[in-house]
Amino acid sequence: MSTSHVLLGLLAHGPRHGYDLKRAHDDRLPQAKPLAFGQVYATLGRLERDGLVEQSGQEREGGPDRTSYALTDTGRERLDEWLAAVEPPAPYVTSTLFAKVVVGLLAAGVEAASGYLVAQRAAHSTRLRELTAIKTDAQATVGDVIAADYAITHLDADLRWMQTTLQRVSELNREVNP
Amino acid sequence: MTALISGTALHHAYGPTPALRGVDIEIGAGEVVAVTGPSGCGKSTLLHCLAGILKVDAGEVRYRDQDIALWSEAARSRLRRTDFGMLFQFGQLVPELTAGENVALPLLLGGAPRKQARATAASWLERFGVAELADKLPGTLSGGQQQRVAVARAMVTEPQVLFADEPTGALDALAGERVLTAIVGVARERGMAVVLVTHDSQIAAYADREVALRDGVVDASGLGLRMSA
Repeated sequence: MSTSHVLLGLLAHGPRHGYDLKRAHDDRLPQAKPLAFGQVYATLGRLERDGLVEQSGQEREGGPDRTSYALTDTGRERLDEWLAAVEPPAPYVTSTLFAKVVVGLLAAGVEAASGYLVAQRAAHSTRLRELTAIKTDAQATVGDVIAADYAITHLDADLRWMQTTLQRVSELNREVNP
Repeated sequence: MTALISGTALHHAYGPTPALRGVDIEIGAGEVVAVTGPSGCGKSTLLHCLAGILKVDAGEVRYRDQDIALWSEAARSRLRRTDFGMLFQFGQLVPELTAGENVALPLLLGGAPRKQARATAASWLERFGVAELADKLPGTLSGGQQQRVAVARAMVTEPQVLFADEPTGALDALAGERVLTAIVGVARERGMAVVLVTHDSQIAAYADREVALRDGVVDASGLGLRMSA
């Protein structure tokens, strides 16, 4: 994921300082890996160097000085370009899950790969239940629900794929070794 | 956990075709259990056997420590009215009655005074966010609205066990989500047990745990594999 574009997006409604940006990031993308402060400041540094953001003021609230950053016109253009660009839909089929199942079937055979699939299915089901609990919690924000929905849909797709693959491979196996 | 309702070595066949071939299942008070599996695996048959709608060919169905499989049809039917709630894919509301009358119906059949039945029905419609639909006929409601009215009707007698067979199968994702959240919310609040039959992993994730079936037996792998014990 492009942290710099996300930060540009978070600055679209007005200037913010680094701490504020980190908090906004973790609020809006609640199930993402939380952003480290170091990463926020390093990214802001690069964006400033490239003329996409500029310092817009100093703020002091009893603590150290905080520099706010604002989006420049070039920054706004870069953000719009990123949003308008269509993401290539699955250009490469890569995921550890996919690779493990294929390699498992090749290297260890149907029986051994099946054992892995059963354990993985149980883990997927547990995570589906956790995410469903998060999204149906009365305190859940729209951000929580959207993030949970995204993960739930993908886990469900994995589960269907595992099921179909197992069926397909068992059938192939029966044809080859009747 | 002591089971509120359980099935042991359940068998059921439709003529020569076996649907259940020795299923064991236990559901505790307040527990939400999803029964999953591909179509034809026996999950709806299991629900109907546990609810006493279908008679098992062999095996025990115990509810509060009594083998209800031995009961007469009349006794099982009475139990369904007092202790069980039923919910199906299509709400199966009575088309000639308003939403409010549909929800009040189980109470009236149980002998409740009309006024009290109407008031209780109204409070359940409100609980599921469809209070304003009380005077409408089912035919004028959307699928999601009909199903929420059906949930209210299933809950109005405050059942100990709700049997729900693909309750969101005919709804879009958001409408289905509302129905499920409502069901699970009531289960948590009142300690009602739920048997939720579904073929969909996303729906099953609303339950506390899952019992997968395949070809009429419990499938411990969830993937149709034979597991060593």
